[in-house]
Amino acid sequence: MTEKELLARKIENGTVIDHISAGKGLKVVQIAGLENESKETMILLINVSSKQLGKKDIVKIENRELAREEIDKISLITPEATINIIRNGEVVEKKRLEIPDMIEKILRCPNSNCITNENEPVKTKFLIQKEPLELKCWFCERSFGIEEFKI
Amino acid sequence: MFEGRDIISIRDLTKKDIEAILEKSEEMNKLLEQRKTLEIMKGKIMSTLFFEPSTRTRLSFSSAMQRLDGTVIDLGELKASALAKGENLADTIRMAEKYSDVIVIRHPKEGSARFAAEISEKPVINGGDGANQHPTQTLIDLFSIKKFKGKIEGLNVALLGDLKHARVIKSLAYGLALFKVNLILVSPVGLEFEKEIVDELKEKFGTKITQTNDINAGIKNADVLYASRIQKERFADPYEAEKMQNAYKITPDVLEEGKDNLIVMHALPRVDEIDYEVDKTKFAKYFEEAGFGVPVRMAIISLVVQ
Repeated sequence: MTEKELLARKIENGTVIDHISAGKGLKVVQIAGLENESKETMILLINVSSKQLGKKDIVKIENRELAREEIDKISLITPEATINIIRNGEVVEKKRLEIPDMIEKILRCPNSNCITNENEPVKTKFLIQKEPLELKCWFCERSFGIEEFKI
Repeated sequence: MFEGRDIISIRDLTKKDIEAILEKSEEMNKLLEQRKTLEIMKGKIMSTLFFEPSTRTRLSFSSAMQRLDGTVIDLGELKASALAKGENLADTIRMAEKYSDVIVIRHPKEGSARFAAEISEKPVINGGDGANQHPTQTLIDLFSIKKFKGKIEGLNVALLGDLKHARVIKSLAYGLALFKVNLILVSPVGLEFEKEIVDELKEKFGTKITQTNDINAGIKNADVLYASRIQKERFADPYEAEKMQNAYKITPDVLEEGKDNLIVMHALPRVDEIDYEVDKTKFAKYFEEAGFGVPVRMAIISLVVQ
């Protein structure tokens, strides 16, 4: 499918997150944009036809490349997505997402009785088991499925 | 091997670590039996920070340190400390670290001991964090089983009661799994072990597990019956806790149905789950088990304090 058919313009500089599982695009916008109160223009395409996935979502962010933490978070909700870095209208880098072994700071522990949910100077830390996807809190030692997190 | 190490979760210890602690505990137990004391903690100070009530853990840690000729400073009543003024845990730990050589902490929040250990350069020993872990109790339990049964490997151990909330049970299950015991999980409906824990024990340790809600079926083939109280303080609805309290009661009659050499253990305090009549029977080992709190904690302190 060409850019014309997508009814959304190309971006000159920034990031295109492609092959997002259909329906997860809004979450990606939330992670990449809304959480940081970013001012960049973002384009969200939902239910785009895809040979590989049948349907997919795409997110374009103008003039910004994503931080490591944002990429890690996106990898947890849609691990099959790809990230394209665009400079001067060209794709200069294309990378597949990889679920990290550990994720720090950015997720809140779903266990309300965990010390990380108290008013203490502590950063959350989760050890990640990939098959099946399970996140274990380094502090309270509980394991959670990704659906238990508020992302 | 242990100097400067924190004791936070039984999952941090290998089988070899546990065997070394049990061996040291036996050494300490012999010294106590011979009424000898050791001076290895002379000049050393232990801080005890208990943010939740405790009798045995607090007293036996204190006794253990003093038997080793060390001294103990205690946080005391929470309302009399700076915590009542809103001081956070991190600052309290930073203070205790400066005042002492080892910190023992009990706290209602899960992960609090791990957090304390990340802050403190001095060793931190977990005396219970919420419904998570109570590793020193597990070491006492393993020591007791070895003393009473001569071995741990291959035994049939029934864990009975509030498996959902009791941290001593959760800790013990992991400790026992290292020794290839067969676990029998006996609990009222709704208070079973979390599925994740059962799966982990089976997959990671290859533990053979049977689960039942029937107390008689549960103890039939058991060598050890480890009972726990209903953790009332961790229930949202106290009425629910009371209902559960009466569901499982161990009486001499119930025990007669089990093996002749069955032993009954309990981390105490008990509420209604063990009939007082059981105390007089050959099955009851829980008071001796509580007594082992001192030599095992002497061993732990002597190993971790630099």
